Amino acid sequence: MNIQQISVFLENKPGRLANVAMVLRDNKINIRALTIADTSDFGILRMIVNKPELATDVLKKAGFTVKLNTVIAVEIDDREGIFYDIMNLCDKNGLNIEYTYSFVEQHSNKAILFLRFENGDKAIEIFTKNGYTLLHNEAVRKM
Amino acid sequence: MIWNREYETMSRRRLTMLQTKRLQNLVRKAYISNPFYRKKMDAAGVKPTHIKHISDIVKLPFITKTELRDVYPYGLLSCHVNNIVEIHTSSGTTGKPVVDAYTKKDIEIWAEVMARTLAMGDTTARDRVQNAYGYGLFTGGLGVHYGARRIGAMVIPISGGNTKRQLQVMRDFGTTVLTCTPSYSLYLAEVGREEKIDFSKLPLKTGLFGAEPWSENMREEIEEKLHLKAIDIYGLTEIIGPGVASECERQNMLHVFEDHFYPEIIDPETGRVLPDGEKGELVFTTLTKEGTPVIRYRTRDITFLDHAKCGCGRTSVRMHRILGRTDDMLIIRGVNVFPSQIEEVLLKMEGIEPHYQLVVERRDNLDYLEVQVEVSEESFSDEIKRLEVREREIERALHEALLIHAKVKLVEPKTIARSEGKAKRIIDKRNI
Repeated sequence: MNIQQISVFLENKPGRLANVAMVLRDNKINIRALTIADTSDFGILRMIVNKPELATDVLKKAGFTVKLNTVIAVEIDDREGIFYDIMNLCDKNGLNIEYTYSFVEQHSNKAILFLRFENGDKAIEIFTKNGYTLLHNEAVRKM
Repeated sequence: MIWNREYETMSRRRLTMLQTKRLQNLVRKAYISNPFYRKKMDAAGVKPTHIKHISDIVKLPFITKTELRDVYPYGLLSCHVNNIVEIHTSSGTTGKPVVDAYTKKDIEIWAEVMARTLAMGDTTARDRVQNAYGYGLFTGGLGVHYGARRIGAMVIPISGGNTKRQLQVMRDFGTTVLTCTPSYSLYLAEVGREEKIDFSKLPLKTGLFGAEPWSENMREEIEEKLHLKAIDIYGLTEIIGPGVASECERQNMLHVFEDHFYPEIIDPETGRVLPDGEKGELVFTTLTKEGTPVIRYRTRDITFLDHAKCGCGRTSVRMHRILGRTDDMLIIRGVNVFPSQIEEVLLKMEGIEPHYQLVVERRDNLDYLEVQVEVSEESFSDEIKRLEVREREIERALHEALLIHAKVKLVEPKTIARSEGKAKRIIDKRNI
């Protein structure tokens, strides 16, 4: 139930993000979702892409520090209050969120919320038990 | 004002005779009472009787900082330990500290040369000296203290730091002479301005600034902001502390108190003595020191000498303000830092690449050291907080080793030049 996510360490200096984007373009890798977390010194680019192994490989070859790790992708209805429902569920079950980001699907009334938990297995169990749909790698890649 | 007219305006001929006599005495005593010096002189094939004139000093072997450290703690003593009345040491951040052990007479000499220094800044018995150099094992605080006491001035032994209190004391006690590092004086000016202090209304007249490199531009800024005359003073623990050389009121190079500390400029490669005006490594011999004398100590400071007589009437040789170093030592907020110390800390930490770069900047008149460290595959976490914890860990380890705060910045791998050949490890952006 885990989705592969690539994290790239980036120094806060001009052109670094463009370099990542160029490597992905040159290798025909498509980005499904992305988010950047930053501090005054550095940033971390997190991405869901259609070919995570290839992306990791080519980015490393291009000199980037890359980590392939996993997040959970929850398919949710695109409506008001749903984010609260999820947060509330996590809170009640003591699930500690490291970070989260989302995107809205183009041709449906669904949205996808990516979550990284301290305890991923427990999160999967709770979300499944509460009737949420967790997406597989394949499903996300085809989006 | 000239504190000791007899010695400070002595003719060159008489001074040379005095230096000759003192060097002969020093070498004889060191040879007899100190196995370390005897061994060195024997190895160089020199006997005390070979010293017929001060210029024969070139026959004597040099001594380096490493040698001074190797004989820690008492190896340099050239008198009985019971005759030592006070000890000072360098910070010892690069290993074992260098020890300065003073006999009663050494302290007298220290007070004398510091009185000369303070007098060059027009300090008299009517002055109030705010001494913001650190008191303790560091030589700055007590050196100034003894000199001010010798003159009979009032000393305010406030030591370093606590800026608001410094300003309070400065106003309440009517400080006329300020002693601290030049960068700290500018910091005082800055904080004073925030506190709405009008320095032109204060009785401040002189500042004696040393322990770090500074420039003419800084001098202008300090003088303008603090409304005082800024005098450059020079000294080092290995010799005596402050009181080795100082500018007079003409502010045109530093008079070396050469009746006590004999200076030479050498070519750092060949060891050959260079003539006036030629830049090289500054070497000192303590002609009169009893406790821990040094003979031809290589300071690694680069400057040049000028024997032309100064308009102030003093006849002593003058040295230009320090122009650089023969090694890669940095002085950050008055603390000596060697890149090798930083490397040592990083190598001890797990998951850290030994590739680093140092960036030194001066902002608001204070020095900032940034240590850029490459993030490694293993240490990279996609959680910001873990990376930040890592930065803090390195900062803490560096603080323990260097005694100053360095900001650690993680950078992308392979972005720092590798150490093959001459890597540019240091980027010093300070314009001093």
